[in-house]
Amino acid sequence: MIALLARDLRLALRSGGGAATALLFYLAVVVAMPFAVGPNSELLATIGGATLWIGALLAGLLGLERLFQTDHEDGSLDQMMLSPVPLPVQVFAKSLAHWLVTGLPLTVMVPIFGLFLGMQETAIAASMATLLVGTPAISFIGAVGAAVTVSLPRGGLLLSVLVLPLCIPVLIFGVGAIRAAVTEPDPFLPPFLLVAAISLFFSVLGPFASAFALRQGLD
Amino acid sequence: MALITISSTDGDAVSDLNAATGFPCVGPAVKPLDMRLQIENLSVKRGEELVLSALNFDVQMGRALIVRGHNGAGKSTLLRAIAGLLPLETGNIVVAESDPEFAAASIPDLCHYLGGDNAMKPAMSVGENLRFWQEFSGQPHLEVDEALEMVGLYGLQSVPFAHLSTGQRRRIGIARLLVSYRPIWILDEPTSGLDAVSEEQFAALMKVHLEDGGLIIAATHVPLGLESADVLQLSAASEERDH
Repeated sequence: MIALLARDLRLALRSGGGAATALLFYLAVVVAMPFAVGPNSELLATIGGATLWIGALLAGLLGLERLFQTDHEDGSLDQMMLSPVPLPVQVFAKSLAHWLVTGLPLTVMVPIFGLFLGMQETAIAASMATLLVGTPAISFIGAVGAAVTVSLPRGGLLLSVLVLPLCIPVLIFGVGAIRAAVTEPDPFLPPFLLVAAISLFFSVLGPFASAFALRQGLD
Repeated sequence: MALITISSTDGDAVSDLNAATGFPCVGPAVKPLDMRLQIENLSVKRGEELVLSALNFDVQMGRALIVRGHNGAGKSTLLRAIAGLLPLETGNIVVAESDPEFAAASIPDLCHYLGGDNAMKPAMSVGENLRFWQEFSGQPHLEVDEALEMVGLYGLQSVPFAHLSTGQRRRIGIARLLVSYRPIWILDEPTSGLDAVSEEQFAALMKVHLEDGGLIIAATHVPLGLESADVLQLSAASEERDH
């Protein structure tokens, strides 16, 4: 499992890997937002949390299509099926690698991107916290979609359609937690914990569901 | 809908299937050479079509089985089914009179499967690829350097896999069989892309594997250079001919 994780990280960081693409896409979304909203810094700050989350969600989806597809194309997936390591464990490793090169860097960049959006310190801190616990859910849910669409030639679109609705709860509670952190009476903790709960739930369910889908997709 | 005939170039290819228990014998330890791979009443569907039906044969450890048949006869399907990559419609694949060493292992754990693709990442170097598979598959056998030497590509460790020619890629795929140990090799067109010298080299590697008590099932159209291999002829019923 460690070997698989290390290989996926190495591949993602090489040229042609997805890590830089996701980060650049995220940067593009965040930078474009102020131009779209216009010179109203208060409004910009209000929707800052939402912008960060939507950017993260879309950037996370960007490389997901390739999660199992490259392995399927070069025959590695067959070898993974034959491995004594249980398939869900392998899927977990691959999803974790995906998160480490997309979700985690996006979270780390939030203090800088938050400044672009004129957000307050508390909102930036809250965004970092929610993205840190929320983005794993995108990777784990996405792995299921990637497994279902692995053998389809244009799986990317279908993948987004499958995965986005499942990611909506994460988005709602993630942005809700950020808003609650800056508006006084609303408590931050309940939505934040719900995001964490969704991530934990899918980190367990996702690998089993993807492994099942991958086995069904054998042909 | 597949008709099979099994012929052997040197005698006892097809022993009868008396142990129809469906489970590997884990009784008293026997000589490893009595260990064999039994395929009983194997049928495999692809989509709605039954590609293989009611196949029975067994292969002893230390022996090779060559699967022949024209395109579409189900060679690859048979190999993938044996490796556990395709669900079986009916039938059993068991290791009979298993070595105690292997008794607990399931068939996929005992198999190396070399399909049409080499399972290597173009963005990583040859050495990185092979080291990954060694770590991933476990049961390390040869060192990466040694395995590369065996396939005649020593010195290419740090070359990106993407830079290799088709034949070289295939040889790296073959080197993967050597870096971790599996008694059963399932090879689908293993020599595709290889030149004559590499084919000979590969034949020698296969012989060593058989002498070590390994087992090879290979689908191929070309002679592999194994003199004492059994042959399993697959042919679709629709195009049935006398063999």
